[in-house]
Amino acid sequence: MATTSSTPAPKINRIGLSVMEYKGGKTTLCAGCGHNAISERIIDAMYEMGVQPERVAKLSGIGCSSKSPAYFMSRSHSFNSVHGRMPSLATGAMLANRNLLTLGVSGDGDSASIGIGQFVHLMRRNLPMVYIIEDNGVYGLTKGQFSATADVGSKLKTGVVNDLPPIDTCSLAIELGATFVGRSFSGDKRQLHSMLKAAIAHRGTVMLDVISPCVTFNDHEGSTKSYKYMKDHEEPLQDINFVPYFEEIDVEYDAGTTVEVTMHDGSRLRLRKIEESYDATNRIGAIQRLLEAHDKQEVLTGVLYVNSTAPTFIDLLNITEEPLATLPESVTRPSREVLEQCMEELR
Amino acid sequence: MATTDVTLQGAPGRLERKPVVNDMSIQVATVNGSGSQSSNTVLLRSIFQMGVPVSGKNLFPSNIAGLPTWYTIRANKDGYIARKKEIDFLIAMNAETAHEDVLSLAAGAAVLYDEPLSLNSLRNDLTFYAVPYDKLVAAVCPEAKLRKLVKNMIYVGVVARLLDLDMAEVEKALRKQFAKKLKAANLNMAAAQAGFDYAAANLKKQDPFRIVRMDKNLGKIIIDGNSAAALGCMFAGVTVVTWYPITPSSSLVETLIDYMKEHRIGPDGKATFAIVQAEDELAAIGMVIGAGWAGARSMTATAGPGISLMAEFAGLAYYTEVPGVIWDIQRVGPSTGLPTRTSQGDILSTAFLSHGDTKNILLIPNSVSECFEMATDAFNLAEQFQTIVFVMSDLDLGMNNWMSDPFKYPETPINRGKVLSKEDLERLGTFSRYKDVDGDGIGWRTLPGTDHPAAAYFARGSGHNEKSQYSERPDDFERNMERINRKFETARSFVPRPEVVSAGKSKIGIIAYGTSHWALVESRDQLKKEYNFEADYLRLRAYPFTREVHEFVEQHERVYVVEQNRDAQMLSLLKLDVRPELVTRLRSISHIHGLPLDARSVTDEIMTMEGK
Repeated sequence: MATTSSTPAPKINRIGLSVMEYKGGKTTLCAGCGHNAISERIIDAMYEMGVQPERVAKLSGIGCSSKSPAYFMSRSHSFNSVHGRMPSLATGAMLANRNLLTLGVSGDGDSASIGIGQFVHLMRRNLPMVYIIEDNGVYGLTKGQFSATADVGSKLKTGVVNDLPPIDTCSLAIELGATFVGRSFSGDKRQLHSMLKAAIAHRGTVMLDVISPCVTFNDHEGSTKSYKYMKDHEEPLQDINFVPYFEEIDVEYDAGTTVEVTMHDGSRLRLRKIEESYDATNRIGAIQRLLEAHDKQEVLTGVLYVNSTAPTFIDLLNITEEPLATLPESVTRPSREVLEQCMEELR
Repeated sequence: MATTDVTLQGAPGRLERKPVVNDMSIQVATVNGSGSQSSNTVLLRSIFQMGVPVSGKNLFPSNIAGLPTWYTIRANKDGYIARKKEIDFLIAMNAETAHEDVLSLAAGAAVLYDEPLSLNSLRNDLTFYAVPYDKLVAAVCPEAKLRKLVKNMIYVGVVARLLDLDMAEVEKALRKQFAKKLKAANLNMAAAQAGFDYAAANLKKQDPFRIVRMDKNLGKIIIDGNSAAALGCMFAGVTVVTWYPITPSSSLVETLIDYMKEHRIGPDGKATFAIVQAEDELAAIGMVIGAGWAGARSMTATAGPGISLMAEFAGLAYYTEVPGVIWDIQRVGPSTGLPTRTSQGDILSTAFLSHGDTKNILLIPNSVSECFEMATDAFNLAEQFQTIVFVMSDLDLGMNNWMSDPFKYPETPINRGKVLSKEDLERLGTFSRYKDVDGDGIGWRTLPGTDHPAAAYFARGSGHNEKSQYSERPDDFERNMERINRKFETARSFVPRPEVVSAGKSKIGIIAYGTSHWALVESRDQLKKEYNFEADYLRLRAYPFTREVHEFVEQHERVYVVEQNRDAQMLSLLKLDVRPELVTRLRSISHIHGLPLDARSVTDEIMTMEGK
């Protein structure tokens, strides 16, 4: 550390970058918007994990949430695309370059309504990427209509009450084949931070539904996605501790109260149980517990499901290690002899 | 067998007919799902192997089994391979359509029919041959459940005898068709032989049609347009392929999968490509754009309904300037339309696909060899101009078998367009994604994953400035749109030039494109021979139009634009492009019946419009 200067040198991470190198443009979202807190957590997690920003591809659809990739990690390529169809774009990008760390940011309207078709197919492919739904239960950019994640009985500012059951993106993701599924709250700094770091280490589809209150259109009495409602109804399943592969493990854990999951890169995800009977590696149990939570009006948070050994879409396609995008002509264009052979077969 | 001095059965007193050699249209009427495709391919290949120019067109229903289907083989010594309106030789296997099929024939045609159908009583101006298929097939095929599939091979043998086809060529074609199934090959060969023997013993040749060996097919191949396109894409270096099954495009990707598995697996056993069946066309094009943005050579294949679904994404690619290739194997719309029939009906929708001001590059192959060549053109242009390029094939080209000279190995190197590497960025320090630094409208791009702090840019479908920053400023928006338009203008000098088949010989010009070409080749000869009417001819190969197209319109008093759609779609594009005073020179000849265009219809229509 600098000793001669009066201002301390900035802290740097394991690849020598300061947290400033992970910042984005100035947010244009409303003050107090949960999405801004999520952007901050992404910045911190990427910084602490020492992810090379150039390796990251940020993708989004349309909506307030989908604007947010502009507000973090300016050194990463980004694609703000069309409404509800970011999953296909992300899939294409990963096919072209399997070395990218792809981060998709979506919203509840973008994923659960217009984009539900692409969402479910992304989940069932287990494409390696981190998919975050910034979930506030309303359409913000079009000024406050209900989305498909709004709970039954929740009330708009205008007094309109939602009668339809919500789509639970987490139970859907678990059912369809996503291999790391979590729910968190933009206001739960510690939990979200640990969960994001584990998400970065995971190999496969990570689906995080982050309740992110809309301060302008859905933070009032009667909303089930408000700051107050979350404070009253959040039920964390575990205390999450993530130990990246490059850090020493200094504390042992009690196998009776904690489940440890070894991730693909050797990192460890330690889930100290708050709800004793919950097992995040049990797919069916996870879905059942989520259904119960709806009946009890609980918002379960934590790592709902994790499977760190399932093959990814890239594995199944048996794609060569080098990115397809930059394969040379000598590899992508077969020889004259091959063409001659093909012609001979057609004579 | 009688080969000369043939007289028409049941038409005493008529003039003796001269032999008609190597000039006939054979139609096979069957029920789909009955295995007739193999028989028809063997028949086609047998004629092909005898050196006679030949084409085959499958007219099939949107159905898996049980509905009528017709396969037409045209053999023509002069090389005319367009659909011929008149049928000379009918093979009537389908009881359901047999009566109508027979009644629609022109006098003098021959009919080969299944004996129980008793078609010979329908008319007395045709030649009829009856074959007891069930009896013959029972003798050669002990397994009853296979008889339905083998039965059709009998007519191949009968036709071989009647038309004078060399049975050795039939056997060669048949063994190629069943190359991987020896038992099936033997069984089918026995059926063909049974047909031949039956005809030799029982049928008296009474029609004038004959095939005589020629040498016009030396070295040639037979392939369908979709397979040719698949080969072309493989040699164009495609790396990411996405698709959603839709007739008539599915076989393009299915064939591509086969070729890629055979020729594009690296020494490590890993694929140098990814092929993904998407959940719908929206996802298919989304993946193409995601892959194109990240630097892959990406493509999808679809048809009209898929094009409609891709509209929003096409605009995203246009405006964010991402390369990609879409093969549109056109079928008849609107809506589901006639999904198994051919058209050129997507010209306008693709040219302007998406909302706002969008203009797309179209390449239009007319042959299997152009399907192969234009694959490389399409990928190169897409990456050069950072835009979607559409290749406008059609069902007739894509799904039917065509003869061709063998394809030439692509000599054009793969052009990845303006991509800045890490080293470029170290030299430049910085870059502006959408700045026209070279005056051609095309900016430089970087790929995600480029290891340089200045590499990243923020691609967005919303308004942006040269640096790709969000902008709603009117001047930024207008300047950017004008620049993208400059790319399109630049593309005029790079897209495939039209084929000017004939110029300077007439005041009348004809413009056609794609598969309409084959009717035009024949029609122009008809016009000359029958009416002493000469017309110049230009075949379009791309949109935007190049200089030659404008010159051609300027050089002619009247220009007939021939196409296979209702609304004269290409003519509409020409109207937007040529000088206003030339617009009235353009006349439309359009057909939208789902059948490949035939020469006679074009000839008649031009003569009517010329007042002759």
